[in-house]
Amino acid sequence: MTDSHPDLECRDLVKDFSDFKAVDRVSFDVPQGSFFSILGPSGCGKTTLLRMISGFQSPTSGDLRIKGKSMIGVPPNKRPVSMVFQHLALFPTMNIGDNVGFGLRQRGVGKAEIKKRVEEVLERVGLPGVSARRVDQLSGGQKQRVAIARCMVLEPDVLLLDEPLGALDLKLREHMKVELKALQAEFNTTFVYITHDQSEALVMSDNIAVMNKGRFEQIGAPHEVYHEPATAFVAGFVGDANKFDAKVTSANGSMLSLVTDAGTEMKINAAGASLNAGERTQVFLRPEAIELVATATTNDEGCNVSPGVVESVLFNGANSSVTVRNSAGGLVKVALPQTGGFAALQKGDAVFTRWQPKDARCFSAAEAGS
Amino acid sequence: MMTWFGPEELQAVRLSIKVASWAMVASLPIGILTAYALARWSFPGKQLLNGLVHLPLILPPVVTGYLLLLLFGPMGPMGQLLAALNISVAFRWTGAALTAAIMGFPLMVRALRLSFELIDPKLERAASTLGASPLWVFWSVTLPLALPGVVAGSVLAFAKAMGEFGATITFVANIPGETQTLPSAIYAFLQVPGGETSALRLVVISVLISFAALLVSEALNRRLIKRLAAA
Repeated sequence: MTDSHPDLECRDLVKDFSDFKAVDRVSFDVPQGSFFSILGPSGCGKTTLLRMISGFQSPTSGDLRIKGKSMIGVPPNKRPVSMVFQHLALFPTMNIGDNVGFGLRQRGVGKAEIKKRVEEVLERVGLPGVSARRVDQLSGGQKQRVAIARCMVLEPDVLLLDEPLGALDLKLREHMKVELKALQAEFNTTFVYITHDQSEALVMSDNIAVMNKGRFEQIGAPHEVYHEPATAFVAGFVGDANKFDAKVTSANGSMLSLVTDAGTEMKINAAGASLNAGERTQVFLRPEAIELVATATTNDEGCNVSPGVVESVLFNGANSSVTVRNSAGGLVKVALPQTGGFAALQKGDAVFTRWQPKDARCFSAAEAGS
Repeated sequence: MMTWFGPEELQAVRLSIKVASWAMVASLPIGILTAYALARWSFPGKQLLNGLVHLPLILPPVVTGYLLLLLFGPMGPMGQLLAALNISVAFRWTGAALTAAIMGFPLMVRALRLSFELIDPKLERAASTLGASPLWVFWSVTLPLALPGVVAGSVLAFAKAMGEFGATITFVANIPGETQTLPSAIYAFLQVPGGETSALRLVVISVLISFAALLVSEALNRRLIKRLAAA
């Protein structure tokens, strides 16, 4: 009989502290072998959620199952879960081999067998022969791999990672994102990754849960969370976006006409937003959804086109952008195309911005809670 | 008074080292438990325990000695309890060791508590997610990390035990060969005409022993800290 249970299931998980609800009715499944990220700003409850999964805190109500077995009341050392900590938490009193073999010694595995398995797992993470070294003789990236090896040698059902890249410098962090994803594929173990960094979550995950104020706002694949945000919070938190506060002037099916508080008029095709004339709304528009054009043409039929002046050029290689102040006085951020046509763009240049009504997302301002 | 020369001096030094060693070794496990509880646990009466531990540091030593006499003397409740077990501490070297242990206890606990508080709890949590039971986490991760504190606390307690005078002389008196430790012997020599040279010799020995203990602990600590700085 095959095991049909997901590796990790949470059902209506709640954690009440005396003065606030840290985690509020969170439910999700993580299928075997997938990379699942929990993404949210600090204070959103993701650390509390992680502590409940690892067993350091018990939920006020709800159930938490690993491979179908409820973990309520099971202490951390008895759960089939390992954890990589933010500052890795390698034991400074032990060498690398003893660090990696620590969990196996707990299980009463023989000395020779421990040595063999430690060597094997170190080889799998690309660090053969480092057993005898001290922790301080390794680089940041190597320590990261040792921390993962120390967990993976125990073959856990679920590996929890608590912002493990937070302490690394930018270059190494970029590199480790790719490496972590590769290690996850290599071990085919379920990873649950906690982070506040949306780019880490987007790059590595099969699925992302976006968490805010104790609740999951959306669970989905990275491209869904990015392109089809379910709430205003997700639209604003994941990726870069221009945000406009606006008022609906007329609604014709899904086609809305809006006027922003800065006075810009725009048309939006907002299927499913169900907004009526007179309602307040928040509009999100990705910088890369906006085109820069030198002149307005007849192709612009149905598009939102407005003239503006370049306010500043933010050169950042492939991620360069410009901010444009349009005729009504509003500021928009526009991704600078890499084709080179606007390479010489300067502050003060006159341009047109153009974007499709279907590319913006809008949410009722009442729901957004602003 | 030339009979005070030689053997008595040696006797006092030997006795002091014995008393201080026993005091240090016996109070270490209790000190570790107390310091860990104060550093990591929250429980009712924590402040009371903290106050009780520190009391010998603040009370006049004579008061501590007198309280010990009341508690552990032949008529005291603890004394009678121990008598039933065929253990006697009043006017015995064991009583001197008990006094020394109690007087050195706050110093030991302070050093240990500080080193427990400096340990990153994440290391302990990591050990438990790797399957270690709380007791094994303490033994394999916490205690090795607290070793500098253990060394510092032990040396402080030993040094305090070597020099303890007021409470000891009040509780177990000043019996040569039984309870006459180094400071008591120095005091006794100074009470008799012509005892100054003996007193001076003991003073020199006292300084040397204290200094040696300090140097050894410093050296040990430097090595430990170098090892622990690894992470």
